[in-house]
Amino acid sequence: MATLALERQQAAAAASASRSATGADQARDVFVTLTVGGQLCGIPVLVVRDVLGPQMITRIPLAPREVAGSLNLRGRIVTAIDLRTRLGLERADPRRAMSVVVEHQGELYSLLVDQVGEVLHLEPATREDNPPTLDATWRVLSKGVFRLSGQLVVELDVAAVLAI
Amino acid sequence: MDDLLAEFLTETAESLAELDTALIRLERQPEDGSTLSQIFRLVHTIKGTCGFLGLTRLEQVAHAAENVLGRFRDRSLAPTPAAITAVLAAIDRIKLILAGLEATESEPAGDDTALIADLAAVMEGRCPAATESPEVAAAVGPVGEAPPAPAEPVLAAAAERAEQGEPVVAEGPQPSEAAASAEIAPVAESSVAAQTIRVSVEVLEHLMTLVSELVLARNQLLQLVRTQENSPFAVPLQRLSHITSDLQEGVMKTRMQPIGNAWNKLPRLVRDLARETGKKIELVMLGADTELDRQVLEFIKDPLTHMVRNSADHGLEKPEERRASGKPETGRITLNAYHEGGHIIIEVSDDGRGLNTRRIAEKAVALGLASEAEIAQASEQAIQQFVFRPGFSTAAQVTAVSGRGVGMDVVKTNIEKIGGTIDLRSRQGQGTTITIKIPLTLAIVSALIVEAAGERFAIPQISVVELVRAGGGSETRIERIDRTPVLRLRDRLLPLVRLSTLLHLDSGRENLDSEAFVVVARVGARSFGLIVDRVFDTEEIVVKPVAPILREITLFSGNTILGDGSVIMILDPNGIARAVGVAASTGGESAAVAEVSADGGDGSGKTTLLLFRAGGTEPKAVPLGLVARLEEIERGRIERAGDRALVQYRGQLMPLVPLSGSLDGDGGARCPVLVFSDRGRSVGLAVDEILDVVEDRLDVQLVSDRPGVIGSAVIAGRATEVIDTAYWLRRAFDDWFRYAVATEADRRARLLVVDDSAFFRQMLAPVLAAAGYEVSTVETAEAALRLRDQGRMFDAVISDIEMPGLDGFAFARAVRSDPAWADLPLIALTGRVSEADIARGRDAGFTDYIVKFDRDALVAGIAQALAARRVVEAH
Repeated sequence: MATLALERQQAAAAASASRSATGADQARDVFVTLTVGGQLCGIPVLVVRDVLGPQMITRIPLAPREVAGSLNLRGRIVTAIDLRTRLGLERADPRRAMSVVVEHQGELYSLLVDQVGEVLHLEPATREDNPPTLDATWRVLSKGVFRLSGQLVVELDVAAVLAI
Repeated sequence: MDDLLAEFLTETAESLAELDTALIRLERQPEDGSTLSQIFRLVHTIKGTCGFLGLTRLEQVAHAAENVLGRFRDRSLAPTPAAITAVLAAIDRIKLILAGLEATESEPAGDDTALIADLAAVMEGRCPAATESPEVAAAVGPVGEAPPAPAEPVLAAAAERAEQGEPVVAEGPQPSEAAASAEIAPVAESSVAAQTIRVSVEVLEHLMTLVSELVLARNQLLQLVRTQENSPFAVPLQRLSHITSDLQEGVMKTRMQPIGNAWNKLPRLVRDLARETGKKIELVMLGADTELDRQVLEFIKDPLTHMVRNSADHGLEKPEERRASGKPETGRITLNAYHEGGHIIIEVSDDGRGLNTRRIAEKAVALGLASEAEIAQASEQAIQQFVFRPGFSTAAQVTAVSGRGVGMDVVKTNIEKIGGTIDLRSRQGQGTTITIKIPLTLAIVSALIVEAAGERFAIPQISVVELVRAGGGSETRIERIDRTPVLRLRDRLLPLVRLSTLLHLDSGRENLDSEAFVVVARVGARSFGLIVDRVFDTEEIVVKPVAPILREITLFSGNTILGDGSVIMILDPNGIARAVGVAASTGGESAAVAEVSADGGDGSGKTTLLLFRAGGTEPKAVPLGLVARLEEIERGRIERAGDRALVQYRGQLMPLVPLSGSLDGDGGARCPVLVFSDRGRSVGLAVDEILDVVEDRLDVQLVSDRPGVIGSAVIAGRATEVIDTAYWLRRAFDDWFRYAVATEADRRARLLVVDDSAFFRQMLAPVLAAAGYEVSTVETAEAALRLRDQGRMFDAVISDIEMPGLDGFAFARAVRSDPAWADLPLIALTGRVSEADIARGRDAGFTDYIVKFDRDALVAGIAQALAARRVVEAH
């Protein structure tokens, strides 16, 4: 179900993107938004492969704290990363968290988050560098922030998130 | 590259490989008509195609070779070794030219006139001038490597290009060949060859992956259907399941190749080696059509070549030597391959001189891999295992062929990497056999599913030796030695590790008496047991590599999806062995104690031991030689003074130390006591029950760090704690100190203990040995000096002061006056520690002065002295 919703949203975003000048440029500015620890974040849609509801996660002994375990996604083994732990927050309950599945260097990773939001097109003009007051852990994992009416959207650096 | 050219390169490379083997076969059986025809046909085809493609250099060389072969065929020329060598040289030249052709797409410039002249000479029955042209050596590097090397890049690169270009090429009769075949009598093999299709490796890999996924999905469906009764899906699913299995088998077969493919270069290699070394070698290959996965084949090609080289170079003797030992002049190297339960077994054996165990032992000691004492205790088989260590080569010279000392450990690592095992057996004078066992395929592995702490894991079946049920109602029990679980399996102590503990999944509740399963695993020559909660069955699983983030966890070798869809980790037995500390050790036996008596020579190695019980039901042991008397003392006679127990014994007050902690024992009226006496003093150790006196080897296998216990050994078939008498005796007189352990650097340091008291020698020696030192003892200072004069060397000397004959001070002065031992740390052990005594000791030459029975101070003192000496030596 969540997959269909994403696809519809992606289609919608792509459709609206194609209405503007260059489709390829626009896709770069489209983000899947998610909430973790009360903060709204965005991941480029180009690296997102799936959005999942709560999953059966097998824990991996001796793995780093941030690794919640592994799960079976249509026959592929996906490593689940607890984004809350990664950001220095308290652990989520892996069985209830939503996840955003990203692909990085040929491997699939499932990022456990509190909530998954909409797919949004964020204007590059509204992008700013990390504010100096940003928490150290966040700063490492954030590429910048977008100003969205009344909210800040943190753009997550997927490569940095996965550099555990 | 031109498709035609790529095609030509691939095909010609295959033909050349065939030619190598065929020519050597011909040399051995000159009358073999079919081989001759095959060879002629191959060369003729090459010549024809070269001409067709305008490759003049190749054409000329091939033509020259073909002339010689034509004479063979007409029987106007005999295939002598010299003639065969010349033809082989031509083949090599062709390979060289092909390599250049493949790199630059045109024939490299070069001069073949010498070679062609040789071939012409051979054809006319004359002797060839030179058999190897400098061009070959210069172009390709070390002489021994030249022949096989050019063919490889051609084959590999051509295959690559074939993949990128046209993946599937049908092979039909060639125009040039059609003309040629009219001349030659048809050979039986050609009809078989025409039924093949060349397919790119990538396509097959992809097929394999798809089939694996299909197998997993099929497993999941089967699982679901099993839970439902009378499901309409059951029957069609059954059919689907059968078809999937067949499909899996079929696809796996496409990747299967006969092992002969890895062997095809070996006859040529052996022939060249034989000529180089001047030996007569026969290579026998059995089971060449045994099939295995292509990936695995690639892995073992190099190791096999290496082992054959070793046999030819080091294993087999020269003909004269063989004749002298009554062996046939021709040495034989045998390769034998066969299937056994999901694996392929490959044996490489030779009937040569076998491994020189003594040389290996010497080298091991020289490299610091084992102490002399350990070597003395180790079996021949165990010593032979040293050849698998890095940097190990006992070859007196490093030849171009082998002996660089980088071989067998790399072979072992490579084979273990793919989940295989390697084993070595050798008899001096008779030969060596190396046995390799590898899984038939890497993609799908047979694994045992186990459970620990509620999670399931897979263990590759190849490492599992047996399953043992322990605890609960079964006879086998997990015995505890000092909180370390240990299993006694047919008279060997098997170190155990709990899987849940290893993975930090422990809940802390360890109930040893409840039922547990022990998976006995074997890694190389080491065995260990893995305690798990449950054992499920064996399943065929598809191995998937772990994500890069998890690569560092050495306990896992991959993960997989089970039939029910759950993801489980696959354990790596090598990683577990390392974590348990099993893999690192050499022979498993600890340092022995060498007792050097005045007559020299040690006994049979067996000690008389007294077995008793003291607290609990496990037996404990102490060398009987230390015990003066066994007494039974009425509990009523035991008196107390402060918090000490005493008893009046033979006119003296003897302190009584309860070994079990309390003097109540079993509650009987009489208390068994082990009495230790030394120079007028007696101490009694009270125990619960005296069990037995046995004679057995005192082989402390698991060293304890608990005070009062040296370690555990298998005595009279049971895991038994060996008591540290020094500790208990001190309790009668002193307070308890912490036990200082010698540092790594001091291990295997040789100590000499000089003391006239047999009791003291017997007590101190095992304590120091368990600390990792190599201990020798003598009774008198004179005996010690005699050792020095014989040239014996030690790292430190520990001496008593009060001895008959030469006392400690005189001994120290004697030691310091002679250069041999002048710099050694000399430690005095004595009951007298007044300031004056210490000063006197220092004057005499002692480095340190330690009170007797202060074992911890002694061990620390030794460590300090040795460390100080190393610092001095470093400058």
